[in-house]
This record gives sequence, C-alpha cells and structure tokens, in this order.
Amino acid sequence: MPSYIFRRLLLIIPTVFLALSFLFFLFFALPGDPVNLIAGGADRTPNPIVLQQIEERYGFDDPLPVQFANYWQRTVTWDLGESYLNRQSVNDILGEKAVNSLRLAIWAIIIEVIVGIAVGLVSAIRRYSVADRMTTIVTAGASAVPVFVLGFILQYGFAVVPNLNDWPEWARLRTSRLGPDTWAFFFIPTGEQWRYLILPAITLASVSTALAARMTRGSMLEVLRADYMRTARAKGLKERQVVARHGLRNAMLPVITLIGIDFGTVIGAAVLTETVFSWPGLGSEIARSVVGRDLPVALGLTLAVVVAYSFINLLVDLSYAWFDPRIRLGGGEAS
Amino acid sequence: MTAIDQVGPGTALEAAEPGGELTDVAAARPLRKDVWRRFKRNRLAMVGLFLIVILVLTAVFASVIAPYTITQRFSGEFREGPSGNHWFGTDLIGRDVFSRVVYGARVSLKIGIAATAIALVIGLALGAVAGFFGGRLETLIMRLTDVFLAIPYIVLAVAIAALLGRSENTVIIVLGFTGWLGICRIVRSSFLSLKQLEYVEAATALGYSKWRIMFRHILPNALQPIIVYGTIAVGSVILSEAALSFLGVGPQDPTPAWGLMVSDGKSQLPVAPHLLFFPGMAIFSTVLAFVFVGDGLRDALDPKLK
Repeated sequence: MPSYIFRRLLLIIPTVFLALSFLFFLFFALPGDPVNLIAGGADRTPNPIVLQQIEERYGFDDPLPVQFANYWQRTVTWDLGESYLNRQSVNDILGEKAVNSLRLAIWAIIIEVIVGIAVGLVSAIRRYSVADRMTTIVTAGASAVPVFVLGFILQYGFAVVPNLNDWPEWARLRTSRLGPDTWAFFFIPTGEQWRYLILPAITLASVSTALAARMTRGSMLEVLRADYMRTARAKGLKERQVVARHGLRNAMLPVITLIGIDFGTVIGAAVLTETVFSWPGLGSEIARSVVGRDLPVALGLTLAVVVAYSFINLLVDLSYAWFDPRIRLGGGEAS
Repeated sequence: MTAIDQVGPGTALEAAEPGGELTDVAAARPLRKDVWRRFKRNRLAMVGLFLIVILVLTAVFASVIAPYTITQRFSGEFREGPSGNHWFGTDLIGRDVFSRVVYGARVSLKIGIAATAIALVIGLALGAVAGFFGGRLETLIMRLTDVFLAIPYIVLAVAIAALLGRSENTVIIVLGFTGWLGICRIVRSSFLSLKQLEYVEAATALGYSKWRIMFRHILPNALQPIIVYGTIAVGSVILSEAALSFLGVGPQDPTPAWGLMVSDGKSQLPVAPHLLFFPGMAIFSTVLAFVFVGDGLRDALDPKLK
C-alpha cells in the first residue's frame, strides 16, 4: 500500500508538468502582446522606452525556450510571478482566492453528499414510487440546466423578487460578492454572511448533487439484489442496518469514483457560479485572467487546480480500499 | 432443481425444432426493431425524442417560423416583455427575442452535432488503438488523456477559444478537441475486453488485417456505449457552448447563440427577466431532450440493466 501511494505520487509530477507546459505554450500563442498589456492596455500606444523596460524586466526579449525554462525554475521554488494587470503577487492572489473557493466548495460538497445520497437512497428503496419518479425528472433537469441560468433563476426568485415586493428583511438573500466575510471555524458563516453564501453554494452543488443522486440510486438498486443483502436480512439484522451497513457502504464505490472524476465539472461549475455571483474565488479569477490574457495569474491558479485534481484522484483510488476491503491496491492484480 | 434443468431445455428444443417456427420469429424481429419497441415504452425518452424532432424542425424551418430576422430592430421597443407582436419580448436594442431563439436552434444544433462528431472520431481512433494494440502505444495514449483530464476542461476551452478568436467554428473546434477524453476511455475498455473473444481469434486465424478486425469485427460490438455516450454528449456540448458564450469566448453578437443571449441579458435581470428566461429555457429543454433520449437508448440497448 505505501509503495502504491508513492508510485502514484511520483506519477503526479509528469502529469502536472506536461499539463502546465501545454498551457504555457498555449497561452503564449494567444494573440495580444503582454508587454502592451502591462504598459496600460492593448488599445493605447505607450512610450517605446517603457515597453523596452518592461520587456527586459519580465524577460519577454528572451527566446521562448529560455522563458520556458525560467518559468519552471521560478515555479518549482513556488514563486508564481506577478499579475500583468496590477503587479500583485500571484502567490498572494492564490492564497486569498483559494480560501473563498474552499469555503464555497465545502458547503457545496456538504449539500452534494447529504442531499444527493439521501435522495438517491430513498429513490432506490422506494423504487417506482412517486418520489422516485420525481427524483428521476428533477435530477435529469438539474443536470440539464446551465449553471449560470440556475444562478440567475435563484437570484431572481430569492433576491430580486423579495426586494421588488418589499418582503420582510429576513427573507431576502444577497446575490453578489462575498459579503461581510465573517466566519467561525473557517467555514461556518456568522452574522449576515449566510445570506451571501447560500445561493452560490446551492448553485455550485446542483449539477453534482443530481449526478450523485442518480449514481446512488443506480448503484443501490444493484446492491439491493446482492446475495449478501439477503444473508444480512436472514441473520436477523434490522432493515436499517442492512441498508446502511451492507447496502450503502457497498453502493458508495461508484458514487465516489463519480465524485472524483467529476471534479473537472465542478471546477467548470465553480468558474460559472463564482462569475454569476461575483464570488471572489479561484474560478472567477481564472476566468477573468484567461479572458484578460493575464498569463502568470492564469498559469499560477491553474497549477493549483491541476495539483489539487491529481491529489483528489489519488484519494478517490485510496478510498476504494477503505470502502471495499476486497480491493488490495498495488497488490497482485493489475492496478 | 436438476429436474427442471433437464426438462427446461428439452421442451424448448422440442417446441423450436419441428417447424423451425421459433427461429423464424427470432430472425424476423431484428435487434433494431427490438430496441425501438423497448425505447417506445420509455415515456421520458419519447418526450425527449419529440423535443429533438421539434428542435430539428425549428432549425430547418427557422426562416419560416421566425416572424422577423435576427438583426431587425424595432426602435422604441427596448427590452419589452412578451406581447402579441413579440412573443418572447424584445432585447436591449429592440430585436425580437422569439426570432432570435428560433434561429438559435441552428447554432446550437450545428455546434452540438459537429463538435460531438469530432470528439467521437478522435476518441474512437485513439481508444481503439490503445485498447487493441496495448503496450507502449496504449501507455502513451492513456497518459495523454490523463494530462488533458488534469487540465480543468473550462480553462483549456477558454484558452483555445481566446486563441482562435470568437466564432461558431472556433467553438466547434474547441469542444471537439477537448471532448474526446471520455469516449477514448470507454472505447479502450470495450476493445480491451472484446479483443479476447473467440471471434477475434477466428478472424486473426483467417488472416484478416488488424485494421479490418478492429473496425469491421470489434467496433460494431463496441457501438452500444458509444451511441449512448454520443447522444448525451450532444447535450453536454450544447451546455458547454452556452457556458463559453456566457464567459465571453463563444460566438459574437449578431449570432443568436442562446448562451450569449442569456449573458447579454444578465444585467437586466431585475427589469427584464424574460431576456434570460426564454433562451435559458431553450438550452434547458434541448439538453434535457438529449439526456432523456440517451438514457432511453441505454435502457433499450441493454435490457439486462433494468
């Protein structure tokens, strides 16, 4: 097991390196001269002396391979450079935005796990009931509605309408920006903060919650037919225990794979959600920097996301062994 | 137990053999018909199919259905709500939203189908090669998909779109060249298991070429998950197109892309929610239709799953 983890960790390095290098050259080929951007915008014609100074300072006059080597030399020492737009250090931006994204993500995951698994479980146990049919339709709907459209619908229903119709203050939610930024235990909103958090958290959770529910249902239906379920009932366990301990635990395997694989979708959803709600997190910052050609910010934040993604994949694989003791990682059979 | 086992096949044999009737019936009802019969029973799938038919008709006959063109402006009628003249209201600069949504069906379908086709071809080719040949080639291809999977899809898409400039064709290329990862994995695993079956061995013994075995013998048997995945993929591509438009890297303004219309209307949410509602509903029902049909196809193609 430890050697397996070690091998997987080693494998992360080339993956991250290749992914980031690919993006480096891709961003480099982007039209729009970064020198102009730093000097104050693409439309103006800045002083040529200023341009030259900038070129020297950022090393734009070096040939591409040299710049590439320099980029990795800096990145390896965890110096992500500074923003072309406002000279802010990318390390600082990353630290600041990652915290906001993490808080939002924690709540989205809480919603996904509780609602998704509960709905899927009930749906599977009461198969073909009205609740099950509703679940099928609602989850299909939730995965078909564009994240940003859902965000706007929630904004309209819970913030715009209450404000237009003078609803009591407690019923109004906020739709934009971070809010007072007051938290207890890192992620529990205090004071007015919950009004700002709740809509983006639901929006971010929507797609993956629907997927988790569908997956739990399907997987649970399969497990319910298994022989060991009959055995568990036969030895006199309460139905509750049968479902929770023997059923759900075994049914979780594909659900966890899905949650792991689905991380890319979650990032996409985060980009859209944070943009819609002006939530100052990694997602909205990545969208802003890529569209605005702010190369160091785009690469730096993407690096963080790529590394996080690789680790999550590793965790997903490791959790298999925990959920299903029959799986021995790195053992005899091909891993 | 044993008694039943002995009686069971025997009776079936007796019933089938003499007249050869059973075999005739089985031959007269090909797989396609069987699939269609099961598909028809699935109400949601039929709703989805119905929506797709409407969508295709809308796209084909857009110029007949839409009362106005996509650029025609009505001066003095800015962001007005739905009315008899303008069923879906008018937008910020006085264009008829209904006409634009109708023409938008063309944009979405074109992007959805073209991008999915590109993704399928790439994913199929790479997945088939990886699964069939194995070895170094497989390692190389699977590492490549790992690398691309590690890059958040939306970052890649936005970067390529920003590189190539904003147009419908750019979106097709972006989504086509970023969407093949899933299909590549599916095809690879199908090929991995199918290549060990006897009929492949038989084909090899007959001296057929590897390419012939791959595409004439194995591929037809690996088609089911590809069909299902492809159908659902059209929906997800349309969803991604909307997201790219929303982020400002999709098609440009006069193009009636639904995502772009939602994006343009977002600042007007309090005063003119219809600007978001109608194009948003169009995206929603289109994607939903493809999901329903995809799910229906999966159940119909593989009855064991139910």
